[in-house]
Amino acid sequence: MASLNISIVAEPVFHIFGIAITNSILTSWIISILTIIFVLSLTNNIKLRGKLSKAQIFMEIIVEALYNLIVSITGSAKAKVFFPLVATFFFFIVPSNWSGLLPGAGSIGFTELLHGKEVFIPILRGPTADINTTLALAIIAMVMVQVYGFRYQGLGYLKKFFNFSNPINAFVGILELVSEFSKIISFTFRLFGNIFAGEVLISVMSYLIPLAVPIPFYGLELFVGIIQGLVFMMLSAVFMNMATLGHGGDEHEAHA
Amino acid sequence: MSDVAAVTEVAQQAVAAVAAAPDFKSLAVGIAMGLGALGPGIGIGLVGMGAMQAIGRNPEATSKIQTNMILGFAFAEAIAIYALVVALILKFV
Repeated sequence: MASLNISIVAEPVFHIFGIAITNSILTSWIISILTIIFVLSLTNNIKLRGKLSKAQIFMEIIVEALYNLIVSITGSAKAKVFFPLVATFFFFIVPSNWSGLLPGAGSIGFTELLHGKEVFIPILRGPTADINTTLALAIIAMVMVQVYGFRYQGLGYLKKFFNFSNPINAFVGILELVSEFSKIISFTFRLFGNIFAGEVLISVMSYLIPLAVPIPFYGLELFVGIIQGLVFMMLSAVFMNMATLGHGGDEHEAHA
Repeated sequence: MSDVAAVTEVAQQAVAAVAAAPDFKSLAVGIAMGLGALGPGIGIGLVGMGAMQAIGRNPEATSKIQTNMILGFAFAEAIAIYALVVALILKFV
């Protein structure tokens, strides 16, 4: 019986100029290129009136739903600024989460001698099942939160962290500073844990009972993939909104 | 020479003891995930309860409440995912 190969670390498939390219990097390149080609081809043929192509209608439904979601979180003025970044998180993360479910991802590969042991190295692996990708996404999100905080509040943004009016506020400020770093960790492990655990679950179920039983788990993974993309997007928007709110917290505008 | 024989005997007993030891690593993996799922399970249930009550009082606000409920689920579930990652690292690394 074939053995179960589960590896937390993504294995390198080839080297370019001495840099190891892992299977998850390769898959993320493929996903990025496909997404960019799809979106560019749609935007070049975009029609404002008349009979729209089905692909354009499909994308408009998704983009409009996401945009309304972000407007309900941040208000319409800030949504225009935040939406490109957070929507890109969604459009990168959801296909990445799903790419581990495609037939061939994780099963097509080659055996290689690694650290003295024969291991099976798949050629494709979901990028978000690798800590490096999720860590990169988390760092981008939190760095942009700080950038927007400084852009909207200038140097007054630092008053959130270094507030020496009384000892309690100083302590709260230090807690806020630590919590900015813990948000990076939490973003990373939420996304990585959900997707990698899903891959392990499906591998183990397919290893135990390959016939018919893994099907509900594939359904679960499809659902979890979308939800984790949505959650990453919404949390980034919420943190960006909180960073640009200012002291006292304005109520976000009422909307019909 | 009898010293060498005695040391060899002790060494062999040590190796046998280690080989016969109960599998603590698997036990640790199981306990990490099991205990780590208690808190988040209750937490997600509480978030869901709050959401259900809010929807019951005000069915018109269902979609707003649902959006924030999903957000609350994600935060609570992340803690269980941390426990899962610890268990996975214990098992596979």
